[in-house]
Amino acid sequence: MPLLAAEGLTRRFGALVANDSVDLTVMPGEIHALLGENGAGKSTLVKMLYGLLQPDAGIIRWKGDAVTLPTPKAARGLGIGMVFQHFSLFDALTVAENVALALDDARPLRAVSDELADISRAYGLPLEPRREVWRLSVGARQRIEIVRCLMQNPDLLILDEPTSVLTPQESEGLFATLRTLRAEGRAVLYISHKLEEVRGLCEAATILRQGRVVDRCDPRQQTAGSLARMMVGAHIAEVRRARAEARIGPVRLRVDHLSVPSEDPQGTALKDVTLEVGTGEILGIAGVAGNGQDELFAALSGEVRAPEAGNIVLEGTPIGWNGINARRRAAAAFVPEERLGHAAAPRLPLSENALMAGHAKGGFTRRGLIDRGRMLGWVDAVTHAFDVRKGPRDPEARALSGGNLQKFVVGREILGKPRLLVVAQPTWGVDAGAASLIRQALIDLAARGASVLVISQDLDELFEIADRMAVIFHGRLSPAYPAEDLTREAVGLLMGGEGFGPGREAA
Amino acid sequence: MTLAEAIFLTVITASTPLLLAAIGELVVERSGVLNLGVEGMMIMGAASGVAVAIVTGSSVLGVVAAIGAGMAMAALFALLTLGLATNQVAAGLSLTIFGLGLSGVVGAPFVGMQRAGIAKIEVPFLSELPLIGPILFRQDPFVYGSVALVAGVAWFLWRTKAGLVLRACGENPVSAHALGYPVLRIRFAAVLFGGACAGLAGAYLSLVLTPFWTAGMTAGRGWIALAIVVFASWLPWRAMLGAYLFGGLIILQLHAQTAGVRVPSQLLAALPYLLTIVALTVIMALRRGGGQVAPQALGRPFVPDR
Ligand SMILES: Nc1ncnc2c1ncn2[C@@H]1O[C@H](COP(=O)(O)OP(=O)(O)OP(=O)(O)O)[C@@H](O)[C@H]1O
Ligand SMILES: [Mg+2]
Repeated sequence: MPLLAAEGLTRRFGALVANDSVDLTVMPGEIHALLGENGAGKSTLVKMLYGLLQPDAGIIRWKGDAVTLPTPKAARGLGIGMVFQHFSLFDALTVAENVALALDDARPLRAVSDELADISRAYGLPLEPRREVWRLSVGARQRIEIVRCLMQNPDLLILDEPTSVLTPQESEGLFATLRTLRAEGRAVLYISHKLEEVRGLCEAATILRQGRVVDRCDPRQQTAGSLARMMVGAHIAEVRRARAEARIGPVRLRVDHLSVPSEDPQGTALKDVTLEVGTGEILGIAGVAGNGQDELFAALSGEVRAPEAGNIVLEGTPIGWNGINARRRAAAAFVPEERLGHAAAPRLPLSENALMAGHAKGGFTRRGLIDRGRMLGWVDAVTHAFDVRKGPRDPEARALSGGNLQKFVVGREILGKPRLLVVAQPTWGVDAGAASLIRQALIDLAARGASVLVISQDLDELFEIADRMAVIFHGRLSPAYPAEDLTREAVGLLMGGEGFGPGREAA
Repeated sequence: MTLAEAIFLTVITASTPLLLAAIGELVVERSGVLNLGVEGMMIMGAASGVAVAIVTGSSVLGVVAAIGAGMAMAALFALLTLGLATNQVAAGLSLTIFGLGLSGVVGAPFVGMQRAGIAKIEVPFLSELPLIGPILFRQDPFVYGSVALVAGVAWFLWRTKAGLVLRACGENPVSAHALGYPVLRIRFAAVLFGGACAGLAGAYLSLVLTPFWTAGMTAGRGWIALAIVVFASWLPWRAMLGAYLFGGLIILQLHAQTAGVRVPSQLLAALPYLLTIVALTVIMALRRGGGQVAPQALGRPFVPDR
């Protein structure tokens, strides 16, 4: 008997049908993948299974009985736990308090801390109960989310893109935990865009496209390519690029012995970072999260000023002391890694988000007044070029599915025709089709002569698009090597700190 | 009674209404709602309290009426800010203006009518102690009540699950909702509690401190209560410290005026706010680089999607 069976679940948002008569069956002791493009309706479906959204039609069966789930509490009561796509933690509260909030009985905090310690030991998920969440790394936050689900002893654990923010090592740790859960007879419903990961982990898959179930399969019998084809319904274009020698020209961006202390006490200071990006070149920066990527991005974008103006030189002009607007006016563009809150203001419509990124360069205003028509036209252009799927023409940023918002914030900058683009994690949470679209757009941008600096944890991505690659480790940057001279092993060693002797410059 | 005793006693009576209103607003703000209408709720409490007390002849009924009036005002505020998700600052300011006006109407028939104050409670034996006896153990029920309230709120917010949930709503309502907590209902309860406390503070003014009604008698105490919450960095015991400090300043201001000290009264009146700024600066400097003091979602409307 299936553990969970959804029959004909339908959910509308206004005119948009996010889920159209979806059937889904999860067996006990199974890791079941839920696949689909950005905006296919995966998050919507699991939110209904967790009682957070109410279906417009259809029924949910749990162990054979039809159930209604008016609240997440009801779902938890049955034995359903969920880890959300965007963190649902409370930064100012401690780990133990965060866990207690997800429990339905009123256990004293001390008991929660004790049990938390037990569970985190049993599943190899280290956590300090008394720490406040804002002090923790992304990986540790993810562990809180998982531990607090496990505390309720669930029969079904739903994970919505849990690895899109994890480092490869952290992901491995998560998979080990999930396999332990499977061995205990629990089921996992697993949403991810990383198809290789799905092939290695899951034994069943349901594939959604535009709100409908289009296929079911055993991912172990498939290739990543065939899975992607099922999701998109068409062949995914290979990323093409021209030979590097033909296009790379003189240096446009030079970072010269840049050292910046971190503003965040838990952050990593940049130490003596030197790099160059030529015209028409894509420089990739690899590294395990938390090694100074955030600080490097902040220094390049102007969110944090460099100690010396000459530490950062753009087209011969020292810009280390310039602010973000001045840098944008010099035809630089930036896409930070956190799309909701940093790259886009959640409660503003897309057009106003576009205005905020573009106001320094002008074009959206006429005599100081906002030109709404121009803004909307811009939104349409980005939507069209990057295939952003959305309901209304100009929704609030938070109403977009995660991957579609990512396409929008990247597209907004690329269409602005920057001469320098600095982008962090360009394809996080983006489906295979859209990822290849974004990567191709970056390559085309470089082919037109722009300089592109990509900070990413995804080595496949960097090998696909970068001309040269460097590795950041403990705030220091390795020299950049031509991508074709590098192997994944070599980069992996650098990411682990090999060749970064203590106290001396990177070899 | 010695002079020191007299000064301490007046400081306590001046501080108690501040403390009552502040502790209520502290709970409201911890839930993520900024209600700037404290002054309006307080004066409605004062007017209704005195009106009912005179009509019925019962101080207890007067106090109950004051609490009810504060809660009614708070409910109006909640309807606007929680039900209709309007801007909290605008709604709070309107509530104050509305309360100041309406209280004049309610209190008009009772202007100049004097009534007996509320009796003090004497703790046997202890009240006989020199100096601290009269100060600590010969007080009216409000003073004891306010201290108990601070202890209760501190216990509730940090020792109970319900208090944790309330703080969670003030930190991140989206996540609290995702976990299945009824954010709006919790905020509604907090706002009502704040209204009750403000009404009680009003009753103290019109039934104990000056047992008669005059229009506008709150004289900005609601605003000081708001400043105390910030001064206290949203911590109950610190709010008590702040209330007594600012109450002391009010008394100092009175004595300075009667003694003819040449300090502009405006400067003294502004002192609570200046101190709040100083306190905030010091607190932020001490916690440099770490976390926020204010509830993260303070003042932001929340609309759940279903
Ligand atoms: N609260 C909402 N209001 C309006 N539209 C919504 C809302 N939530 C989701 N949608 C729309 O429903 C569709 C499905 O969204 P959903 O978040 O389920 O996609 P997804 O498959 O999880 O995508 P991703 O992989 O990008 O996370 C999208 O087109 C999205 O814009
Ligand atoms: Mg999603």
